Amino acid sequence: MKQRSHWQDNLRLVGLCLTIWFVVSFGFGILFVDALNRVQIGGVQLGFWFAQQGSIYVFVALIFFYAWRMSVVDRRYGVEED
Amino acid sequence: MDLQTLTYLVVGGSFALYIAIALASKARSTGEFYVAGKNVHPVANGMATAADWMSAASFISMAGLIAFLGYDGAVYLMGWTGGYVLLALLLAPYLRKFGKFTVPDFIGDRYGSQAARVVAVVCLIVISFTYVAGQMRGVGIVFSRFLNVDISVGLGVGMAIVFFYAVLGGMKGITYTQVAQYCVLIFAYTVPAVFISFQVTGMPIPQLAFGSSVVEGGGVLLEKLDQVVTELGFAAYTSGSKSRIDVFFITMALMIGTAGLPHVIVRFFTVPRVRDARMSAGWALLFIALLYTTAPAVGALARLNLTQTIQPGPVGTALGNLAYADRPEWFKTWEDTGLLRFEDENGDGRIQYYDDANIEFSATAHSYGWRGNELRVDNDIIVLANPEIAGLPDWVVALVAAGGIAAALSTAAGLLLVISAAVSHDLLKSVFARRISERSELMASRMSAAVAILVAGYLGYNPPGFVAQVVALAFGLAAASLFPVILLGIFSFRVNKQGAIAGMLSGLAFTLGYIIYFKGVFVAPFAENSPENWLFGISPEGIGTLGALLNFAVAIGVSAVTPAPPAEVRALVERIRVPS
Repeated sequence: MKQRSHWQDNLRLVGLCLTIWFVVSFGFGILFVDALNRVQIGGVQLGFWFAQQGSIYVFVALIFFYAWRMSVVDRRYGVEED
Repeated sequence: MDLQTLTYLVVGGSFALYIAIALASKARSTGEFYVAGKNVHPVANGMATAADWMSAASFISMAGLIAFLGYDGAVYLMGWTGGYVLLALLLAPYLRKFGKFTVPDFIGDRYGSQAARVVAVVCLIVISFTYVAGQMRGVGIVFSRFLNVDISVGLGVGMAIVFFYAVLGGMKGITYTQVAQYCVLIFAYTVPAVFISFQVTGMPIPQLAFGSSVVEGGGVLLEKLDQVVTELGFAAYTSGSKSRIDVFFITMALMIGTAGLPHVIVRFFTVPRVRDARMSAGWALLFIALLYTTAPAVGALARLNLTQTIQPGPVGTALGNLAYADRPEWFKTWEDTGLLRFEDENGDGRIQYYDDANIEFSATAHSYGWRGNELRVDNDIIVLANPEIAGLPDWVVALVAAGGIAAALSTAAGLLLVISAAVSHDLLKSVFARRISERSELMASRMSAAVAILVAGYLGYNPPGFVAQVVALAFGLAAASLFPVILLGIFSFRVNKQGAIAGMLSGLAFTLGYIIYFKGVFVAPFAENSPENWLFGISPEGIGTLGALLNFAVAIGVSAVTPAPPAEVRALVERIRVPS
């Protein structure tokens, strides 16, 4: 039972992270790139910036966020390693 | 000291370093040979993964590719980084918990089937060999360009070095040399980038120079670039020319392919704990991102630099173009290598560089007295010539040579190791000779590594005609064959061996078939490789995404009509889902 809830929490977290992953890269960088390009931030069109810079920064942050949250979840259910 | 001697010294010094590391980290057991004794610090593994991942192509060609693709270059930037998110969230921690040595190990055990294991081995070997052929070629090219030796000599030296640390040290030797190689390559990449950014925009950080104003003549970099290139008939830098659906599918195929590449996955088997595997993926991507966020800035800066060098004055005026006689020194150097080629089509002694495939602009160009584009620029020149264009000291040029070689060697070694592990562990130990002792298995793994190096060297020297297509092939196959069944093996209890085997084979056959149909590997292409002929407008580079979807659908469908896996498989899946 404990294991099942641990897995459910993991799935929720993975779902959240993958949604963000999809929105910044495929959403902002590809599908809505033209709309976002109407906005300029610091001399770069926003859609173009997400496609060539921003999404990569978000990817890095997402992995560290997931690793951190999962270690919290592991401890909550007492399944952490040593 | 002249550049040649300096380059020999810097490259030779880096080799001495790799050999010293190899001697200090000899593998004494199969566990050390395959997964470095599962004892690698997550940050060190992050660096090793980054070096493993970033190939000669990432180092030498990518910035140039982006420079000429503009927005479309995003497929590589996002595609080759986003896969790490999939890896960190969906595969790496669970495979680390599984705790064995190879990717086919997991597929064989999870699906309780030697047939599934063998299919996985075949996919792995095809993917890794197509990939490694390109790397060995890269080693040879870097040697011949910077050290003026014959390609075969460069290839021989590269093979000898890899042989030394891969055969001796296995994964343990490779890991610590890769850490050193990462440091060499990232230093060699960022130093010229910082100088160029500072020269053009006054902002030394390339990632910020991207949005800065240019020093000469003012104006924001990307706006200026859009204006300069469209005046010459090229597509605007920030808009690109691929169709949206194709950009979507290529990016997705590269992401899924990255997460499915065996030599990348196996790196996460080497850390001590599950939570190290999660963190380590973050470190790996951070180290990769240092290069991948610098590359687009380098590409944009270099494109502007190049265009303005050739077209210093207004477009269409008689004196607007650079006179060939006045070309800068670096131009001459790279003409010698054939990476820059000038042909005076209209005989005016000046260089016209424009998009003559753009029909509308060609008419305008004709009225200026231009008779076709006169300059051919190889992508690779952007990184290779950068230090000279920026007028940097010789030691930076020497460093770029060492960095290019480090990038190629580290990737080649990682690939060769998964090939040797697949042969000695998955075929020999697990299928054909199950009673073999650990000592003989270690011997067999060293021998298969040696044979793999020889084969790779041969492929590098006699590249099959399709070497240019191999990137699409390797990523497409990894996406369509391995990724879906590994994922389903973790996230589903129900998918069974019949489903997995049918899924892998159909994904593989579909993707391979589509690529051969348009690109003609070993045979002539069956149809012209153009958007009108493509299925849903998806190019062969992006077809791996559909192949992966097909694999998922077939695996789930076939499993639904065949018996559920036995109780021990269920227990295995339960076990890998929690860290302890």
